Amino acid sequence: MKVTRRGFIAAALAASTPLGAETFAGSYAPDAEPIGQGIWLVRGADEAIGFANGGAIANSVILATDAGPLIVDPGPSRRYGEALSALAARLTGKPPARVFVTHLHPDHSFGAGAFDPRIVAALAGTRVELDRDGAGFSDAMYRLLVDWMRGTEVPRPGLALTPGPLAIGGRIVRVMALAGHSAADLALLDESTGTLIAGDLVFHDRAPATPHADLALWRHSLAALASTPHRQLVPGHGPLDPTAAAIAQTRDWLDWLEQALRDAVASGLDMTEAGSLPIPSRFAAVKAARYELQRSVAHLYPRFEAELLPRIDS
Amino acid sequence: MRLVDLLLACAALVGPAATAAAAPPRDPLGSPMWDFHARRLFGSDPVVFDEAVAVTIPPIAENQRVFPVTVDARKLAGVKRIVLFGDLNPIPVAVDFRPTGAAPFIATRIKLDQRTPVRAAVQTLDGTWHVAGSWIDAAGGGCSAPPVSRVKGDWADHLGEVRGGAWRDGIDTRLRVTIRHPMDTGLVENIAAYNVDRLTVSDEAGQRLAEMTVYGSVAEDPAFTFIVPGTGSGAFAIAAHDSNGLAFSGTARSAPGPAPALRK
Ligand SMILES: [Zn+2]
Repeated sequence: MKVTRRGFIAAALAASTPLGAETFAGSYAPDAEPIGQGIWLVRGADEAIGFANGGAIANSVILATDAGPLIVDPGPSRRYGEALSALAARLTGKPPARVFVTHLHPDHSFGAGAFDPRIVAALAGTRVELDRDGAGFSDAMYRLLVDWMRGTEVPRPGLALTPGPLAIGGRIVRVMALAGHSAADLALLDESTGTLIAGDLVFHDRAPATPHADLALWRHSLAALASTPHRQLVPGHGPLDPTAAAIAQTRDWLDWLEQALRDAVASGLDMTEAGSLPIPSRFAAVKAARYELQRSVAHLYPRFEAELLPRIDS
Repeated sequence: MRLVDLLLACAALVGPAATAAAAPPRDPLGSPMWDFHARRLFGSDPVVFDEAVAVTIPPIAENQRVFPVTVDARKLAGVKRIVLFGDLNPIPVAVDFRPTGAAPFIATRIKLDQRTPVRAAVQTLDGTWHVAGSWIDAAGGGCSAPPVSRVKGDWADHLGEVRGGAWRDGIDTRLRVTIRHPMDTGLVENIAAYNVDRLTVSDEAGQRLAEMTVYGSVAEDPAFTFIVPGTGSGAFAIAAHDSNGLAFSGTARSAPGPAPALRK
């Protein structure tokens, strides 16, 4: 018998959890909220990935077209992707025509396995990043989510997107190729409703995650989104934003985070101390703020130390 | 090297072997390796679990190659030694620190190879070990994945670069030092163990403030934070040594004026 690393890990965890393979009865029930003509938002939990939420923490969007629905971000697992596919078919009476993966992170991308790869589209950079990091994500997701992940494989989107308008079944979505949250971040503008689907370039009342962040590029992309006329914005995580608050809030968090960590390095603090820094009261409503600050310390602090601490070799 | 050899090798370096020692106290963390480590590290010395030792770790291991740990034993008087270890790490002990003039405080980063207790054992002058720590969940790969600089291939270009600084807060002086080093564990195929193995800190007058034995379970590009009581010394000499016999050194000078205020 060949036992893969992730199979072994999943088995070991299943054996030690009360929700083992035999008793696992979890099922996803994604809920679609209409946010315009032929467009629905499927909200993720504003939490960290965990067994209790099955990893369903990212927002997804369904758009109706004459050719069949478009799905933006198929979620964390094959089973979630299947549930989303069924939901889209129920809403529109047609099977999905196209699935868009906004970026590599598994809470957004790993549900792609529920669909024919020939209808799954992503930026070329996202395909490269998935090839590089997908296996590692897979190990971590199987370990955390165990049975929720059954049948889930690393996504291999079959279609590469290029910037510009894309017409499908009478609907026009504008493809924007940006970066900063990851090396390749897809945003989509649904022209008929003026809905900007921002992926994880924008978080709303939920703290931004930075595992692959390039903060300068991210700010640049936020400026590009802000200067794209739109009526409402779907963030990667958090509630729909009809007021342009979410772009500003994401920018405010990133600016605060970077300066706070740079000040911490310049003040002689170590990583655990930086993770305990006070979070400004203006972020009181931002969910998962402490959790993401501590993750960001892990992602960014050694880099800032290498930049800011002077050489003292003798 | 087999796991058990490593465990024994590490253990042999840091403690007297137990002969007819009393059984160590029951582990509040329920670790399967507690008895093994307690007997090897503490021998027949008395051992107590003590909340006066603060071991601060993040609640999640976001990066198992670089997991920060801060040990603060300043509530205890007469500390002569602090041993930081992870029970289930293939190289359990990370640092063995003797604060000969520094405060009993150390912050660093370690590698994690699986879910494990992370603990500090703090020995006071009466010989008693004061132990504290907690479990951290980790997926693995900290000790058995190649260092980032090995993957990039640029480790030799920066080997031994020392960075750091000293900050006076009015009462104490805080000292930070980082050394570029791959800290190879010997657990990655075709890469032999190679790590910083010793580090000392002395003040301007040449008085030894800290001595530390460093093991391969300390993270790549090791970083250490020390606290030195008082603000008298303006410069601190850091001397390190690695397992290939290379020596690295640097001098951290107190910045004039206080550290920049942290933004609220
Ligand atoms: Zn993301």
